[in-house]
Amino acid sequence: MRKIDYKTIFFAIMGSFMVLFIFIPIINLIFSADPSSIMANLHDSEVVGAIFVSVYSALIATLIALLFGVPLAYILARHDFFGKGFIESIVDVPVVIPHTVVGIALLLVFSSTGVLGVPLNKLGIVFTDSIAGVVIAMLFVSGSFVVNSAREGFENIDPRMEKVARTLGCGSFKTFFVITLPLALRSIVVGSLMCWARAVSEFGAVIILAYYPIAAPTLIYQRFMSFGLYDSTPVAVILISICLSLFVVVRLLIKGWRTYDKD
Amino acid sequence: MIKIENISKDWKEFKLDGISLQIEDGEYFVILGPSGSGKTMLLELMAGIWKPDSGKIFMGGKEITWLPPEQRGVGFVYQDYMLFPHKTVFENIAFGLKMAKLPHDEIKNKVNEMMKVLRIEHLANRLPRTLSGGEQQRTALARALIIHPRVLLMDEPLSALDKNTRDDLMQELKQLHQNFDVTIVHVTHNFDEALMLADRMAVMRNGRISQVGDSSEVFRHPADKFVADFVGVENIIKGKAMEDGEKLTVVDTGNIMIFSSEMKRGPVHLTVRPEDIIISKEKAVTSARNVFNGKIKEIIDNGALIKLIIDIGEPLVVFITRQSFFEFEINVGSLVWTYFKASAVHLF
Repeated sequence: MRKIDYKTIFFAIMGSFMVLFIFIPIINLIFSADPSSIMANLHDSEVVGAIFVSVYSALIATLIALLFGVPLAYILARHDFFGKGFIESIVDVPVVIPHTVVGIALLLVFSSTGVLGVPLNKLGIVFTDSIAGVVIAMLFVSGSFVVNSAREGFENIDPRMEKVARTLGCGSFKTFFVITLPLALRSIVVGSLMCWARAVSEFGAVIILAYYPIAAPTLIYQRFMSFGLYDSTPVAVILISICLSLFVVVRLLIKGWRTYDKD
Repeated sequence: MIKIENISKDWKEFKLDGISLQIEDGEYFVILGPSGSGKTMLLELMAGIWKPDSGKIFMGGKEITWLPPEQRGVGFVYQDYMLFPHKTVFENIAFGLKMAKLPHDEIKNKVNEMMKVLRIEHLANRLPRTLSGGEQQRTALARALIIHPRVLLMDEPLSALDKNTRDDLMQELKQLHQNFDVTIVHVTHNFDEALMLADRMAVMRNGRISQVGDSSEVFRHPADKFVADFVGVENIIKGKAMEDGEKLTVVDTGNIMIFSSEMKRGPVHLTVRPEDIIISKEKAVTSARNVFNGKIKEIIDNGALIKLIIDIGEPLVVFITRQSFFEFEINVGSLVWTYFKASAVHLF
């Protein structure tokens, strides 16, 4: 007779509480809104506009995170240097700061009198109550996802693979683009997805820096405060559906992605 | 010709300390040393992957110390192949030619030809992870050789392979060396590889070179105790190799005839590792081609192992465990039978 492993059963029961705790509220939320009110909200230009602001700003924030985060990730993956631990901490710090604090910190620097705000204002970029403000709030809180995930991808590639490419006549930059980047792409895409999703859901930093143009989480908050649970639920359902479907699509994409290290 | 002049480099736990070396054109040069001796770093310095702290490297009379790897014209083969996992065998081999911007048709012809030479045509469209170790190493060799490098650098190219594949590839490397007329620098900790392949070898230890010379020089006159222990060959016998049937060589040592499965003719040295020799008191039935009766001349207690020197016409060193030594009940002057296979006899 097979011996029952009580430890596994006990751990599975404990673990399932964690899963159900996340799963039940999400499923409940999706089914709690009245379909007709969802349809009505989808025709509400304020709702559509807010969702657009969130999705679009998050996309811009993700692209900026990629542009600056991938080179940083590569340096962190390939080089040891004095102060590396400090740099790594800086990358991870946004995770532990309350997001309203982030908003205040960014406001101090990027407002029209802030250190970075003054020169950028002169270039015509204004951060208070603008898309640019939403974008930097999102970038600050979610950029580390790109850096950390890309770094893990780079670390999984043997540097000797790059060395061989070099001996075969491939220059340093080109080696990065034809060997390293394709092999790390999966990790970079995963990181970007996490970054984007985290950016879309950002609320605390966004409302402090840019209450307007109104982003989806801000709109949900506003409706909840002014009209109550019933009116805020449909907007919440729409937002979560968008996030979840993109999440599922990319997950499927990644599952079908050719991996080279295992069968 | 590659000339290394007083190269030093200190990086993490690795260190090279004033290395000077000269490798001739067309030579098969083996760098032999235990792990941590700095041999991989020396090889990567030749490839341009590292820059030395001090010293100079010349190739073909020109200084290349500061030249990046892509401008050196060297091929590199690693122990664990380092094939590009997202490219097929064909694409891997074609990589260097693509970088040189050769026309498409020419690349195709050259790659096909190279795959034929290394007998991997049937693998052209496979991804590296689906290949065996031997197949991967052939692909890595093809990828490095196709750019006709001035020198082929190999870091433990055979160490990840099983014994049969390793023996096959060793033969192949010898062939390739001749056919491609390429200078080869081969780094290994395996003494047999050095014995089989090297025209000349350098023995390295702690970032320094202990000895440079051809195989028999290093074995017969080790420069110091480290080299002697490291190359540790117990049985070296001189003789004349002759053909014996299709697959065997027989070596006439003047006193006895020893069979080997390696193909060599003329004056040779042969070696047999003591651990490949079996002994018994009564004559046993065996498939071993070399069977000799001999008298024990000397017994040396090495602790766990007992070293016997047996006179079979030539002095033969054999190790047995302490346990079997007592079970055998043998002593100096006892007669014993020794057996070893023709495949255990290396010729150089």
